[in-house]
Amino acid sequence: MSELSGGGRESGVPAGWEAVIGLEVHVELATASKMFCPCPTRFGAPPNGQVCPVCLGLPGVLPVPNRQAVELAVKAALALNCRVATYSKFDRKNYFYPDMPKNYQISQYDLPLAGDGYLEIPAAEGSRKIRIRRLHLEEDTGKSMHAADDIVTARYSLVDFNRAGIPLAEIVSEPDLSTPEEARLYLEKLKAIMQYCGVSDCRMEEGSLRCDINVSVRRPGERAGTRTEVKNVNSFRAVERALAYEIWRQVQLLEAGGEVEQETRHWDEGAGRTRTLRTKEYAHDYRYFPDPDLPPLVLDPTWIEEVRRSLPELPDARRERYVRELGLPPYDAAVITASRGLAEFFEEAVSAYPQPKAVSNWVMGEVRRYLNEHGLEPEDIPVRPGHLAELLRMVERGTINTRVAKQVFGVMCETGRPAAEIVREKGLEQVSDEAFIDRAVEEAVAGNPAVVADYRKGKEKALGFLVGQVMKATRGKANPQMVNRLLRDRLGPPGPA
Amino acid sequence: MRRGELRARDLVESCLGRTASLDGVLGCFLTLDGDRALERAALIDEELARARRQSAGVGETGAHPSAPAARPDPSAGGHGILAGIPYACKDNMCTRGVTTTCGSRILEGYVPPYDATVVEQLTGTGAILLGKTNMDEFAMGSSGENSAFFPTRNPHDTTRVPGGSSSGSAAAVAAGLVPFALGSDTGGSVRQPASFCGVVGFKPTYGRVSRYGLVAFASSLDQIGPLTLTVADCALVMEVMAGHDPRDATSAQVPVPQYTAVLGRDVRGLRLGVPREYMGEGIEPGVREAVRAALGALADLGCAVEECSLPHTDYALAVYYLVAPAEASSNLARYDGVRYGLRVEGGDITAMYSRTRRRGFGPEVRRRIMLGTYALSAGYYDAYYLKAQKVRTLVRRDFEQAFARYDLLVAPTSPTVAFRLGERTDDPLSMYMADVCTIPVNLAGIPAISIPCGQSEGLPVGLQIMGPPFAEGLILQAAWAFEQATGGAPWRQEVTP
Repeated sequence: MSELSGGGRESGVPAGWEAVIGLEVHVELATASKMFCPCPTRFGAPPNGQVCPVCLGLPGVLPVPNRQAVELAVKAALALNCRVATYSKFDRKNYFYPDMPKNYQISQYDLPLAGDGYLEIPAAEGSRKIRIRRLHLEEDTGKSMHAADDIVTARYSLVDFNRAGIPLAEIVSEPDLSTPEEARLYLEKLKAIMQYCGVSDCRMEEGSLRCDINVSVRRPGERAGTRTEVKNVNSFRAVERALAYEIWRQVQLLEAGGEVEQETRHWDEGAGRTRTLRTKEYAHDYRYFPDPDLPPLVLDPTWIEEVRRSLPELPDARRERYVRELGLPPYDAAVITASRGLAEFFEEAVSAYPQPKAVSNWVMGEVRRYLNEHGLEPEDIPVRPGHLAELLRMVERGTINTRVAKQVFGVMCETGRPAAEIVREKGLEQVSDEAFIDRAVEEAVAGNPAVVADYRKGKEKALGFLVGQVMKATRGKANPQMVNRLLRDRLGPPGPA
Repeated sequence: MRRGELRARDLVESCLGRTASLDGVLGCFLTLDGDRALERAALIDEELARARRQSAGVGETGAHPSAPAARPDPSAGGHGILAGIPYACKDNMCTRGVTTTCGSRILEGYVPPYDATVVEQLTGTGAILLGKTNMDEFAMGSSGENSAFFPTRNPHDTTRVPGGSSSGSAAAVAAGLVPFALGSDTGGSVRQPASFCGVVGFKPTYGRVSRYGLVAFASSLDQIGPLTLTVADCALVMEVMAGHDPRDATSAQVPVPQYTAVLGRDVRGLRLGVPREYMGEGIEPGVREAVRAALGALADLGCAVEECSLPHTDYALAVYYLVAPAEASSNLARYDGVRYGLRVEGGDITAMYSRTRRRGFGPEVRRRIMLGTYALSAGYYDAYYLKAQKVRTLVRRDFEQAFARYDLLVAPTSPTVAFRLGERTDDPLSMYMADVCTIPVNLAGIPAISIPCGQSEGLPVGLQIMGPPFAEGLILQAAWAFEQATGGAPWRQEVTP
């Protein structure tokens, strides 16, 4: 988590301008069944493989609210410091769309489930509160697939209704964000909180966390300008890029004497730009009204308190605990607690190998590197925390050196097998046999007179090359400390003898 | 039938025979399912015969008299209280494998993959579905002339309308084509045709009977109700259909009394209110006279009959024509040509939507969709829909206050007797007046029955008895007492063609 920069190019906001940003985030709730029917919510089922008359909106069907969805949404709301309404209601949002079975979406309009909350994002001065305006429940729509690149040229389109009726919590922030980076930090924090409370798995690539951006720009001290909305921006990187682009576009327009039009835009990831989706003339009149098929949602305050008590430790609390109890540097604590999966992996590994900083180094280094390289979520770390602990113990005992450990870790990731097994099988145990290593040192010195001469001229770096040669000769198994010592013994201190 | 004196097959055959000879003129049925009805009848006959053999056998072997009866076969329902009884169902209730059109071109040929809860319940108790009855398109209408296919005629006078929108169901029962039928009542659509056709029609408390599988017209007003020849039959069918349905969130969790058991109870001392707003201007003199006579009969039974007032009655019609179209505009949005039913191709998706809906919906449905869309539009919502909901509360409060003083309210069901086909088709407002006495009941969500109470111009007049929520038993008790007391009345002997 990098420090916030103070405006200018690197913040994504041109000098002399301010951006006003609000995010609407759709979080797919981790329920077993859909919002209003018993259909399963598994990802990746064959098209239209989890549908029933209710989620298909067939004539005559009626919605019945999912208890678990309500509970998860209340959890989310409480974790975001929201006030949960004891009386809310479901409304119909009417518009025609080919992948929407009823041509209205059941959502919540004027009386949402919760509101008035906030979350904290890291900031230069420690942290900054971003207010949450509202959190409400709604159902997802289906998905169209066009028999061509786009809807215009397609000869026909197919619709998959597996997503139709999936429960969503829509979380709307106040326009408290002012840079693309802040928007990303907000989203990261939101994701972490949702994952911590088990509200959602927040897999962006599966669409279980989606983001709409509202943004306008202004000169400092002036009123906010006309805003645009960028729909369905589906990765942290895309949110940052789309925002930076949109802010730049608006500033360009205004500086050239033009005007920003209020419109809905689409982020084109490939082209790296936003495009007009629909302008104000096409702004929808959704004709919201209370859904007559659903009685108001009346929640018992004691039940809400029970849910509050069931909330797990949230990222901020956990970060502070890591610093306080485990002595982790704040930076490490922040990185690790940013994801529930990472934090849980870390904690389990620490309980098996109680050296927090050593574990943290590995989690922040190798583990994250592997996840990034393979595009995996922290929940998908293929190595068991106990296995990492074992690996670290082997390093500590000197059974293997760090270099080999990294190699072994790679194999562990590929195979899921424990470290000891891999080390044994590949014969990677560290060698601390002095005579054996000294022989390799002697060969390295004899074989590289030029390097030795450099070292003697005072080039400390030359020693590193010789260490490398020895390690190569011993297939990485030599005890590095011993290699260093023996080399220095043989060469003496750097500089003219 | 249980004693083996009558076979279900004979009953079904006789109904089908009578239908074959009369329905060409009457136009009660949109779909006849004769073959399947006969098959089911044969199954039930077999099961009943097996049960008789078994109980005879039990007697011979001297088994304990309380030994459980043979396990009922749920597929046949031979042990249910309606075993072998044929019935007809308004074409807006979903029947698995049997066409369900709602009297509309837009659903022509649509075959639902599931049964409405009421159909399930009736099947479970052994009733046999004979077919689907004609209706005003999407239950919008008061004469049966709005069916997209053909009008239904009144069995008492085939130049007259049967009333609507459960036209086919009322006429089929009146003409003796089926012993009972199901209708749906949004603004009087069971009671008004029952009144016009001289049969019993019941609109239960909102939430008393599941709406699951009833194709929605106006969700907050719709309720399924039976049309029968006698009050006792009505009580029997109600007993089967009433009760909580977990698939309907508006379904009430109120225990169901045994309606057939309350029928014989004394009605002496019952306090009956007669709202003066229902007896004044606009009520045909002949209708008023018949209702006056009925009130006399009830007084003779020992009821205390007294004039009372429901002051907001005048606003009910206006409220209804805002609320019902508003809900309908949203409920009917799903008929767009994308997933099922009629599709009229157009250049793009919007053209396809509008062409399909223009061709698929009749003028009355289009009129109400436009009315409802307007009432919900931004800028008009507060003035129309919201205001209507507030007045609706006043109408409901009228009833609450009346029921604080009176056990039941009594009034005409319709201001007129059946009018002539075509007489009001060009004048929607005069057509809307046909439901003026029944609409307030739907707005308040209370139960009400219509029973034949005399004649005017040689045509049936209906008496409406209204009760507080869940007072179905009391209404049936009063209706039964009245029916018994007037059993010898000349208009009772009148037999339809």
